[in-house]
Amino acid sequence: MFPQRLCMQHLKQVLKHTVRNYSGSGNIPHVCVVGSGPAGFYTAQQLLKGNNKIHVDIYEKLPVPFGLVRYGVAPDHPEVKNVINTFTQTANNERCTFIGNVCVGQDISLSELQKCYTAVILSYGAEDDRKLNIPGEDVQNVVSARNFVGWYNGLPEDKNLDIDLDTDVAVILGVGNVALDVARILLTPIDILAKTDITEYSLERLRKSHIKRVILVGRRGPLQVAFTIKELREMIKLPGCRPVLHTQDYTGLDSIYKDLPRPRKRLTELMYKTAITPTETDYKLWNNATKEWELRFRLSPLEILHDGVKASGVKFGVNRLEGSDMVNQKCVLTDETESVPCGLVLRSIGYRSHQIDSSLPFDVKNGVIDNTRGRVKDMKGIYCSGWVGTGPVGVILGTMTDGFDVGKTVLKDLDTGLLDTISNREDALQLLQRRGVKTVSFKDWNKIDMIETTDGENIGKPREKIADIDKLLNIAHA
Amino acid sequence: MSGLAGMRCVVPKFAQFVMRPMALTTTCINRKPNILLGARRFTTSVSTRAKETVSIQFVCDDGTKYTTNAKVGDNLLDVVIENDIDLDGFGACEGTLACSTCHLILEQSDYDKLPQEPTDEELDMLDLAYGLTDTSRLGCQIIVSKDMDGLVVRVPDGVADAREP
Ligand SMILES: Cc1cc2nc3c(=O)[nH]c(=O)nc-3n(C[C@H](O)[C@H](O)[C@H](O)COP(=O)(O)OP(=O)(O)OC[C@H]3O[C@@H](n4cnc5c(N)ncnc54)[C@H](O)[C@@H]3O)c2cc1C
Ligand SMILES: NC(=O)c1ccc[n+]([C@@H]2O[C@H](COP(=O)([O-])OP(=O)(O)OC[C@H]3O[C@@H](n4cnc5c(N)ncnc54)[C@H](OP(=O)(O)O)[C@@H]3O)[C@@H](O)[C@H]2O)c1
Ligand code: FES
Repeated sequence: MFPQRLCMQHLKQVLKHTVRNYSGSGNIPHVCVVGSGPAGFYTAQQLLKGNNKIHVDIYEKLPVPFGLVRYGVAPDHPEVKNVINTFTQTANNERCTFIGNVCVGQDISLSELQKCYTAVILSYGAEDDRKLNIPGEDVQNVVSARNFVGWYNGLPEDKNLDIDLDTDVAVILGVGNVALDVARILLTPIDILAKTDITEYSLERLRKSHIKRVILVGRRGPLQVAFTIKELREMIKLPGCRPVLHTQDYTGLDSIYKDLPRPRKRLTELMYKTAITPTETDYKLWNNATKEWELRFRLSPLEILHDGVKASGVKFGVNRLEGSDMVNQKCVLTDETESVPCGLVLRSIGYRSHQIDSSLPFDVKNGVIDNTRGRVKDMKGIYCSGWVGTGPVGVILGTMTDGFDVGKTVLKDLDTGLLDTISNREDALQLLQRRGVKTVSFKDWNKIDMIETTDGENIGKPREKIADIDKLLNIAHA
Repeated sequence: MSGLAGMRCVVPKFAQFVMRPMALTTTCINRKPNILLGARRFTTSVSTRAKETVSIQFVCDDGTKYTTNAKVGDNLLDVVIENDIDLDGFGACEGTLACSTCHLILEQSDYDKLPQEPTDEELDMLDLAYGLTDTSRLGCQIIVSKDMDGLVVRVPDGVADAREP
């Protein structure tokens, strides 16, 4: 058995080399990544590291790189954005090319890319919303958290968001980290926000906001919240703001959380202590608060109430929780209902991805590309990494791990001869040029970056983002 | 189209020229005071004068061992960077307590000996780390002291498969 295996391996090696030596413009594999968020950059990083010949092109729909690190991560979390320094290094690698302002699926098709590259890695994230599909969801001032985040972060498509902050109560549906981000931005003292890279136009609107109370509503209980402890602690310590936690939601939890795995245990313990046994320091912090945030549980939105035009409240169905596994209990609607009046409803129940090409196998239910460990189902040479493949869950750490994993898979497939070495990137670039697509290079981005940071410095901010596509392109191509 | 073909590299020179492929991903952190870092920078290392060093070993899950010269007063993230150790993604937030990629695991006795206990904020971040243990710490929060000579720390692997539930 053994010698035979050895021979097979040798044969594979020879084959691999033969294929490499006789294909296209030499033996340099060109691959492309679609999307320049953390998934795209971390996958590219792994590919460049693992193969010292490979050339990686990163296509990005927008004229600027970094995906949700620029357009998702909250402006008051600048330290999270330090990952940009590593991405910049990857982009500056001489075997890596950033090609911005190219919408794959529109400006160039997946099959066209396939003809030019050894492998195509789809890392285009999850840019759609999950919807509730309940009556009233489309009335004025029912806003998706995704759009609200895009608005304060300067995402071009959201810069003109229709939102009215002239109301005292906002309800946020969902209790994940995005919900907390949104609540924090609505409640943080404006002078603190003014020192971040939040867009100036949203800062102006927030300055005039009348929102005093933000109610976050979960359909299950405190043991099932999706936010994490760091973000919760930040809310509890938010200057000028008091948490409203209802003691009955937490009574008895102390006997349960003791035995939970550490992250869930510490998270539940923090909620419990804040609700039941706040300290002197807590009280001192909250005493002079002028605003508050409230956590409500076991409520499923049934209908958005409105006055014919605009949201005026949410009608909820009261849930009971079922299941012996406390942390994974499911909610079941009862006949009881409760209405909560408010002037603004923010829906924060998660993101979903979409299909950029009809040939892509897509899992419509979960909103992700059908794949096994990054290999797209039944499509040789097509891979996916990050949220488009895993679903919109987890932090950058998880996306990084996935990006590295998928990068390694591609390298392995390249090594074992599973992929045909194709090196026709020039064809793709020529095609784009013929179609009049004005691409943006990383050097062009540096120009934008410089102007944004200078504009920011002038008004005491780390950066003032430009939210207008034409302006961005004008600077890039000046 | 001009920008596409003729892009030249500007940032870290050594990453381009060093032949080892690993140099590309060694977390070469932008050490210049970054505006983004603001006041939240936790790194304590300063002084340019030659400092006393101790030997600290980093052991990866695949068995690779790196023995380093660690400057007293530096944190363990600084040590990884200064010794040019290639750990994928290590130190993504550059020591600002915002990522948990600098997760390290210590022996119980070493863990107990550390002069500073982890703060709530460090524990909060650790809660997101893969393979969390009772003796886990964040490397960027551990300050090298003289009595750490010979310390061995384990670098846990990232999650084996981020896609598994
Ligand atoms: C509001 C919010 C806040 C967050 N805050 C944090 C945080 O503080 N800390 C943390 O660790 N994690 C945070 N996360 C999670 C983190 O952002 C994700 O883990 C990560 O961004 C996912 O990376 P990705 O590359 O898969 O997707 P994305 O970051 O979305 O990147 C996808 C990229 O693909 C591009 N693209 C889309 N379609 C196309 C196309 N057709 N052609 C070409 N390009 C295309 C997009 O423009 C985008 O640049 C946050 C997430 C959200 C939503
Ligand atoms: N600071 C940070 O680190 C940070 C910031 C932002 C985002 N992120 C990460 O990005 C990811 C996405 O965040 P996210 O907040 O959008 O998603 P998420 O964490 O999945 O939270 C979604 C929330 O919506 C609820 N929900 C879903 N469908 C619902 C429905 N039909 N009716 C009522 N409620 C519903 C969920 O409740 P159920 O549990 O009952 O389904 C959950 O509370 C998360 O992994 C998050 O940690 C991190
Ligand atoms: S480097 Fe990010 S927490 Fe230590």
